Amino acid sequence: MATQQSRSAARIMMAPAVFLLLGWMLIPLCMTLFFSFKKYLPLRGDSMANGLEWVGFANYVRFVSSSSFWPSIQTTLIIVGGVLVITIVLGIALAILLDQPMWGQGVVRILVIAPFFVMPTVSALVWKNMFMDPVNGILAHLWKFFGAEPIQWLSQASLPSLVMIVSWQWLPFATLILLTAIQSLDSEQLEAAEMDGAPVHKRFFFIVLPHLARAITIVTLIQTIFLLAIFAEIFVTTGGAFGTKTLSYLIFQRVLESQNVGLGSAGGVYAIILANIVAIFLMRIVGKNLDA
Amino acid sequence: MGQITLKQVTKSFGNVEVIPSLDLEIGDGEFTVFVGPSGCGKSTLLRLIAGLEDISSGQILIDGQDATSVPPAKRGLAMVFQSYALYPHMSVRKNIAFPLRMAKLHKAEQDRRVEQAAAVLNLTDYLDRRPGQLSGGQRQRVAIGRAIVREPSAFLFDEPLSNLDAALRVGMRLEISELHERLKTTMIYVTHDQVEAMTMADKIVVLRAGNIEQVGSPLELYKNPRNQFVAGFIGSPKMNFIQGEEAAKYGAHTIGIRPEHIAVSETDGTWSGIVSVSEHLGSDTFFHIHDTGLADTITVRAGGEIGFRHGDRIHMTPREDVIHKFNENGLRFT
Repeated sequence: MATQQSRSAARIMMAPAVFLLLGWMLIPLCMTLFFSFKKYLPLRGDSMANGLEWVGFANYVRFVSSSSFWPSIQTTLIIVGGVLVITIVLGIALAILLDQPMWGQGVVRILVIAPFFVMPTVSALVWKNMFMDPVNGILAHLWKFFGAEPIQWLSQASLPSLVMIVSWQWLPFATLILLTAIQSLDSEQLEAAEMDGAPVHKRFFFIVLPHLARAITIVTLIQTIFLLAIFAEIFVTTGGAFGTKTLSYLIFQRVLESQNVGLGSAGGVYAIILANIVAIFLMRIVGKNLDA
Repeated sequence: MGQITLKQVTKSFGNVEVIPSLDLEIGDGEFTVFVGPSGCGKSTLLRLIAGLEDISSGQILIDGQDATSVPPAKRGLAMVFQSYALYPHMSVRKNIAFPLRMAKLHKAEQDRRVEQAAAVLNLTDYLDRRPGQLSGGQRQRVAIGRAIVREPSAFLFDEPLSNLDAALRVGMRLEISELHERLKTTMIYVTHDQVEAMTMADKIVVLRAGNIEQVGSPLELYKNPRNQFVAGFIGSPKMNFIQGEEAAKYGAHTIGIRPEHIAVSETDGTWSGIVSVSEHLGSDTFFHIHDTGLADTITVRAGGEIGFRHGDRIHMTPREDVIHKFNENGLRFT
């Protein structure tokens, strides 16, 4: 893009894509904003054609003061935090294992990545029916084999079950990113540390972990954005019961189950703000990574 | 103390034998250089001594103690790597202090030793920088600093200067030599550059395919190479090898004559040829001479003032007393 001419040509050629993307993003965003300030109850006869009543910030206040709001925030944080901890700790362990030379490395790596290709709905159904079913599930059989009473996973331990399912889905992603980071570690650094008298665990904490710091941040931020929005796993398993209602699930319930579009839209705006705070951090870090 | 003995050491990677049985004695305080073409096993040998690779059979003694199965950290050796292997997330100070920290030394003692090493290596102003903010030569010095603070019984250098530019390399070569004079510690230095070997070493070990071809002081190797390989490897530019009729006159299969031992003249000499390239260095001139009927090219070193050009006919006279004679197996005889 050296000359004035090629620069303006580039702008013209990029314009359609940019406008399409902007429209794609801006129209739903503006509609959400618009609805969030309106009373819009389709079952009570409200519609765009009849004109919607302007209610100011009433929807926003009502969404936050609802008794489900704070529990849903808590649930969201537990799921996001739990999944992050599990995927990063196990991801580092798996990445270190997969980095070792072994027979059948290629096949093993593909197998490890496989869960990431399973659709959330499908994986949640597989877990619900094949693993966690209190009568026929593998886990129930395992418990019975050891003479224990099978756990009713999705009702008695609903949150840990969800964290488990979602972690299983996201572990491959974390492993993949961390594995590539570990592979880029100069082996001479580890040898130097070995000569300097650092035993295995100190080499891990002083050399490997600092080397992985950036990869861990990236995994954390990307996963956070996606985990804030998990929906299918909850819909398919508990349907939001037993304390598994996250913020995004609450919004879904407000709009589709309570048929209150205005209230749901207000919740959506809160979610947008939350996601954007995370996204700002993400872009700064990824941007820094690209510069270096 | 830093006396290292290798007894019948061998190393194989799977079926590939990298080092067939090898014996070597490195005296205390000696500056020993392992030199050889790439892939000759010199780095492997160094890593065996360091303990980063296990030997397949044989014994390594350090100061008379069997160190064969001693882990690298306990051998009392410090290594400087080709890539420097500095820890990028630590400041220079922390890098140098790392081995002391691992040894759980007292903080005050750590600081004292780091300051001391930094003073020796002119790094005092850079102690709080990260390795990424330093130049190649400074990084090299940090790596050496990290080795010095441990006060090891021997230093191992794995091609430490190969990532530096030519001017810096000459400077660092001097610094390492000076360091050796000051510390009087055993140093083992691996390089493929025979100039580094010649200028720094007390003792050169020439390796080829894992075998020791010859061990000796630089001048010994220069004057009395044991075979054609050593003769060709030591000395720059390379020794000229002549086979056939001319060699037969000396009763040898091959004769070797160094470029600096051939006198040139415009008018008469034992051999003659056409100058193809002349390299003027100012102090010296190197002539590459074709069409001599002896070998593809004969290289001659002459004074800087002598001005033959491309295409000129040139006459050469070798110094008879320094002609090396080799038999069919490449071994030198007199």
